[in-house]
Amino acid sequence: MFEDLSKKLETAFKSVTGQAKITDVNIAETVREIRRALLDADVNYEVAREMTRKVKDQALGSGVLQSVSPGQQFTKIVYDNLVEVLGQEREDINYGTKPPTVILIAGLQGSGKTTFTGKLARMLKEEGKNPLMAAADVYRPAAIDQLKTLGEQIELPVYSIEEKDAIRTAKEAVQFAKKNAHDVVIIDTAGRMHVDETMMNEVAGIKKAVTPDEILFVVDSMTGQDAVNTALEFNKRIDYNGVVLTKLDGDTRGGAALSIRNVVNKPIKFISTGEKLDTISAFYPERMAQRILGMGDVVSLVEKAQQQYDEEQAKKLQSKIKSEEFNLEDFYEQLQQLKKMGSMKDLAGMIPGMNKQLEDVEIDDDTLKPIEAIINSMTPEERRNPNILNGSRRKRIAKGSGTTVRDINDLIKQFSQMKKMMKTMTKMNKAGRAMEGLKNLPMMGGRR
Amino acid sequence: MSFLEKFGLKKKKEDDLEQGLEKTRSGFLDKLGKTLVGKDTIDDDVLDDLEEVLITSDVGVSTTLEIIKRIEERVARDKYVSSKQLQNMLREEIIGLLRENDDARPAAFDAELRHKPHVIMVVGVNGVGKTTTIGKLAHHYKLAGKNVILGAGDTFRAGAVDQLKIWSERADVPMIQQGPGADPAAVAYDTVASAKSKNSDVVLVDTAGRLHNKKALMDELSKIKRSMGKVVENAPHEVLLVLDASTGQNAMQQAKAFTSAVDITGLALTKLDGTAKGGIVLGISRELDVPVKYIGVGEKIEQLQVFNRTAFVNALFGDEIQLS
Repeated sequence: MFEDLSKKLETAFKSVTGQAKITDVNIAETVREIRRALLDADVNYEVAREMTRKVKDQALGSGVLQSVSPGQQFTKIVYDNLVEVLGQEREDINYGTKPPTVILIAGLQGSGKTTFTGKLARMLKEEGKNPLMAAADVYRPAAIDQLKTLGEQIELPVYSIEEKDAIRTAKEAVQFAKKNAHDVVIIDTAGRMHVDETMMNEVAGIKKAVTPDEILFVVDSMTGQDAVNTALEFNKRIDYNGVVLTKLDGDTRGGAALSIRNVVNKPIKFISTGEKLDTISAFYPERMAQRILGMGDVVSLVEKAQQQYDEEQAKKLQSKIKSEEFNLEDFYEQLQQLKKMGSMKDLAGMIPGMNKQLEDVEIDDDTLKPIEAIINSMTPEERRNPNILNGSRRKRIAKGSGTTVRDINDLIKQFSQMKKMMKTMTKMNKAGRAMEGLKNLPMMGGRR
Repeated sequence: MSFLEKFGLKKKKEDDLEQGLEKTRSGFLDKLGKTLVGKDTIDDDVLDDLEEVLITSDVGVSTTLEIIKRIEERVARDKYVSSKQLQNMLREEIIGLLRENDDARPAAFDAELRHKPHVIMVVGVNGVGKTTTIGKLAHHYKLAGKNVILGAGDTFRAGAVDQLKIWSERADVPMIQQGPGADPAAVAYDTVASAKSKNSDVVLVDTAGRLHNKKALMDELSKIKRSMGKVVENAPHEVLLVLDASTGQNAMQQAKAFTSAVDITGLALTKLDGTAKGGIVLGISRELDVPVKYIGVGEKIEQLQVFNRTAFVNALFGDEIQLS
């Protein structure tokens, strides 16, 4: 497994908290981890170097936000840059001025062109179009059969001819579409190596013969460093309009997406996430950026914390913890703060390293309800000083909150554990850190 | 540690991006020539170049750091007096990461096989070239005088059975199939049973491509594997994982997941006829202790070669792989 970037970043963050400016020194470790994360995610070597350099230049000397560490802030700058490179808004297919719109699909062997052709046709059919698919992969054994089988599944016709002539297939398919009121023709082509001169000439020939309105370059999202070579060469030969990323239902980090955007500057238009024909969707740069960085949504946590965390309150809290005054009343306030930030699972999932652990855990927001009820059923005196909770008080609270004495005992026990833990934690004014304490609480589902 | 510190920190010459990408690596081993006589350290420039060559070949950060550590230790110990020696050390260290074939599963097609039939199950994620690899393997085994039978175990992907059928015709070997959507474990069982009754030498069983993080599909693969053992003891004797050379670091996850499901015994690295180097196999071979057995270098039936460690390492540094 990849080493967990978020975990390493946490360590990196620790060393720089409390400093006033982002400097070479206080983000050195973060820069290194980010670069490694990018390389581990298959971002091209040069692109990764360029990206970290650019981001570092932007970050150096900028003032540090009060509520986050320089390392966290730097990470956010990286993230923002990734999102920017990956593309801001969703881009749709170019439709021709008069029908049929011709869409050409090209890419390497095994990238998923034929499956994507089927998915795209199905999606366009759902949108009320009447697509025709053309089987111009005349080389791979049974490629035409494969497309025909997909055609039967989605009840759309496939145009193919006997001769092994991709250019003629494409031309005739467009003619056929005109005569038979198909408003879109999707041409599936053979997979080809970008270094295969004959085959690259062929696809350029298809382009010339049918002048497509849209050319999509299909790329396997698991592609490594070579992604830039193939993307550049295909772009040089057919100047495609957009990129399709396939097999994103795997666990690849998908750095190829960033590399390609960086070197060819063509939008990623679709992502494909499964073998079923309805698994096609638009591309969201934010999700991709997070995936590439391999981290929980630490960035939005930073943002949310910035917006909603009241510095004053944090300071008050900090001094209370130091003086061991932290009580159930404060705890209750903390819970309310947390709830403002979103659902518990979302929130816990944003903490680096927690996403994986939470996969099989159901945290629903009701987890907090009994705790709130218990605290609500206490007198202010009891909240401020839980030590006075004797047996009869506990019984009364249990009754009032609809829980059992055991629940009360558990809460008090956990509360005092937490208090101890919090005491050992420094820098309580960092929202991220405060939240960290929570994941160790058994009642938060932190342990399975 | 010195390298680790440098990693990611050191500012390199500001290459133009485009230029950098198109930069040829052919001269790397020559660059080692700048070194002086009797050295016990390696110049930073050389290490930088080495890092770049390895990372851009998809070797991955961990394995790259491991190689650099090894070569630094080696040089500190042995010293080198010529760039030729340094080159050789480097080659040896990298070759040392690649596991050798074991005798029970020879890669040579004319080698004697211990089991009859010798059953090979072929697995991998979608689109890596499993079916094509099977067609080529069938051809080579057949040329070496073996009786081969194929099992059309990819009953899921549209056209997969037809595709294998065409390969079986090209290689002129029989193929066992059932109807579309058939249980692949039953196809595998039938194929091995048929091979047993026909006294075949080699059985090649195709399986549907599947992403390694889909538990149900990986469980299905284990079931397919077990079904063969019911006909011939210890079958399959080989589980070949097919990897696409253009795949990046995810190949490691693939290899681990397939190993835990079906205990792979060897790797086939396909699509080496492009510009991808397939460097990830260094880490996989080492970590999972499995040899790379074959490489695919084209779409033609004869374009499969027995893996050669030295040729592969040379290719990492820019020498051409000998195409057959």
